[in-house]
Amino acid sequence: MLFLSALVACACLSGCHGKTGQRSFEIPEEFDTAKQYEITFWAKNDTNKTQTRIYENAIAAFEELYPNITVNMRLYTDYGRIYNDVITNISTDTTPNVCITYPDHIATYLTGGDTVVPLNGLFDDEKYGLGGSEVLFDAPAKEEIIPQFLEECSFGGTYYAIPYMRSTEACYVNKTFVEKLGYELPDVLTWDFVWEVSDAAAKKNADGTFALNGQNVMIPFLYKSTDNMMIQMLKQKDAGYSTPDGEIQIFSDTTEELLYNIADHVKKGAFSTFKISSYPANFLNAGQCVFAVDSTAGATWMGTDAPLIDISADKIVEFETAVLPVPQFDPEHPQMISQGPSVCVFNKADPQEVLASWLFAQYLLTNEVQIAYSETEGYVPVTAKAQQSPEYRDYLARSGEDNAAHYRVKIEAAELLLDHTDDTFVTPVFNGSASLRDAAGQLIEHVTKSVRRKQTVDETYMKDLYADITSLYHLEQGVSQGGGSLAGKADLGPLPPTAVALLAALAAAWALILLYALRRVWKKRRGEK
Amino acid sequence: MKKLALFVTLALSLAFGGAVMAEEETDVKSEGVMTYEEYVAADLDSEVVVETYVQAKQSWWEDQATVYTQDKDGAYFLYNMACSEEDYDKLEVGTKIKVTGFKSEWSGEVEIVDATFEIEEGEYIAPVTDVTEFLGKDELIDYQNQFVSFKGLTVEASKDADGNEAAFLYNWDGSGEDGNDLYFNASLNGETYTFTVESYLCDNTTDVYKAVKELEVGDVIDMEGFLYWYEGVNPHITAVKEAE
Repeated sequence: MLFLSALVACACLSGCHGKTGQRSFEIPEEFDTAKQYEITFWAKNDTNKTQTRIYENAIAAFEELYPNITVNMRLYTDYGRIYNDVITNISTDTTPNVCITYPDHIATYLTGGDTVVPLNGLFDDEKYGLGGSEVLFDAPAKEEIIPQFLEECSFGGTYYAIPYMRSTEACYVNKTFVEKLGYELPDVLTWDFVWEVSDAAAKKNADGTFALNGQNVMIPFLYKSTDNMMIQMLKQKDAGYSTPDGEIQIFSDTTEELLYNIADHVKKGAFSTFKISSYPANFLNAGQCVFAVDSTAGATWMGTDAPLIDISADKIVEFETAVLPVPQFDPEHPQMISQGPSVCVFNKADPQEVLASWLFAQYLLTNEVQIAYSETEGYVPVTAKAQQSPEYRDYLARSGEDNAAHYRVKIEAAELLLDHTDDTFVTPVFNGSASLRDAAGQLIEHVTKSVRRKQTVDETYMKDLYADITSLYHLEQGVSQGGGSLAGKADLGPLPPTAVALLAALAAAWALILLYALRRVWKKRRGEK
Repeated sequence: MKKLALFVTLALSLAFGGAVMAEEETDVKSEGVMTYEEYVAADLDSEVVVETYVQAKQSWWEDQATVYTQDKDGAYFLYNMACSEEDYDKLEVGTKIKVTGFKSEWSGEVEIVDATFEIEEGEYIAPVTDVTEFLGKDELIDYQNQFVSFKGLTVEASKDADGNEAAFLYNWDGSGEDGNDLYFNASLNGETYTFTVESYLCDNTTDVYKAVKELEVGDVIDMEGFLYWYEGVNPHITAVKEAE
């Protein structure tokens, strides 16, 4: 038994320990400017030429300051693709040096051992830390990073990333339609209000067209990210999502109640999702949607005068766009998700190369980059230094001056987050939290599709749905099976062979002791007989 | 660790598409399988069962395949169909499959989603249909998702987000780089249309990707591809050559 236990312990430990051979990073005393460093930067943009140009300008300006560092950029338009490519490259030890990423993804990267550089030491380093004495540009001090945004990059007391941009979700409302239906738009939307107006907007004429717009298409309430929808609903209800340790809590009665409510409104034709129907902006701008929920970083696509448009000009209708926080259960205490790209630095054999990478990552926090990039969309800068700069304040003050750089909807979307930073939250990060996020969204997607397909959504359906989603996203045993929480300590991956051998030897020794003891007992009993 | 499998199986097979035309004018369907006409008439979000033939594979990812298919009467775009990597490898241009899924529409593209499939005996490679005369006309949508050609169009300048002109762009606004989708404009009778080389379908190693990168404004070209839809017609081009 003891032997078996020891073997099990061996197997468990070796199964959840990390990739071997990676070395811990130690900050060099001096940055070696005599040696050339070539680093790779995997960047994400929103399929936005201005954003890619800002990255290019940032790289050029940085290389001018540090002529011995060359930054090679690879562009992505999808966080998921970056995540997949990083995972692939961890196994071959060919990760990029600097990478735009989401905290949920970093949790998985960390299962590969010392793949991602812990940044606490670098933050505080006198010479090369945030605003350090030897840094050749005007970097922000640690205290100048917005605390909520910085904390989102901390797992178990260790920082593994720096925030780059932040956004939240907004509800872009066709105010003209709301008033046409006889309603007055409140400052903060409630779920009840949105459902009531959406049900009213779904009414049809005798000829099958919709009464509100006279068209054949109307999706009154359209949600881009159903992951966020479920996460925010549960948070606002003070219901469980997950614990910091990775215990899964979404399969609850509250979730079921929310899903039934959503199903009721899908049945009335009041609600759909991006995955089922398409981009909310396209329907909003065509006068086929009343409430379109999307990221504040998608604001330039929203509204009659939006600078970015994906539908033909003849389909666009005139209406007034209001930018409001996502619907709330308790409008007195609004709660909304904080999201947006962060930047992590990957570990390499040469600490000087890592230091070069860190310097570039830090450069992305300068006012030049922060302000320029945030103005491309409804993002907000992550530093107080940028947010309070005269240049940025002037940008905000010029809201509505034009439909390009000062597009009103975009600036109001950014202001929404600036005004509600204290009302934002993030979900716990652990190895498996990315799967849980997908699962939360899929509950809504499945119910919505099922109602549209005239399937019965009842208790049996919900039971099966919970089972299917649990299995599909490998949530059977909570996430401790897959690695566990980062609130305490990062999962360490497979044990080194020496440790496995040591544990096996210990197990064997215990087994021999046990065998010897049993033999003694057996001999003694035989002697007594 | 799963990895993205990107397989493009087009050029040669499609070039000889006309050679494998079957004798029958229309498909004879198995019991319980819809004709193309019945498929077109089916409501959105209803379950559909069709027999169709693979014309091109776009991508496989996490046990889901996206495939362009066509029978003798019309085309079916299969989006994220349940498919193991092993089964994906078995799908070749012309392979007959029976598909059960739900009819759906996403930004104007009518497709079959949440589908499963089984391979059946049979082969058909659709001939290319010249739809040049339907450009800009309502009838074009009748050919949605089919393997089609456009002839004698003139390459027009595309403008990126900065207003710079080019014969093609990486991504719709020029924000991408080599390996991303290519967008280019071409005109006929004074009207300009946008065409796309979808990088999952034809990546930067394919002839069509290289050919589009070499286009110059003013070139007169013939094209082949699949008549995809996104907020209007958005052909996914698989071959480009100088106009005959």
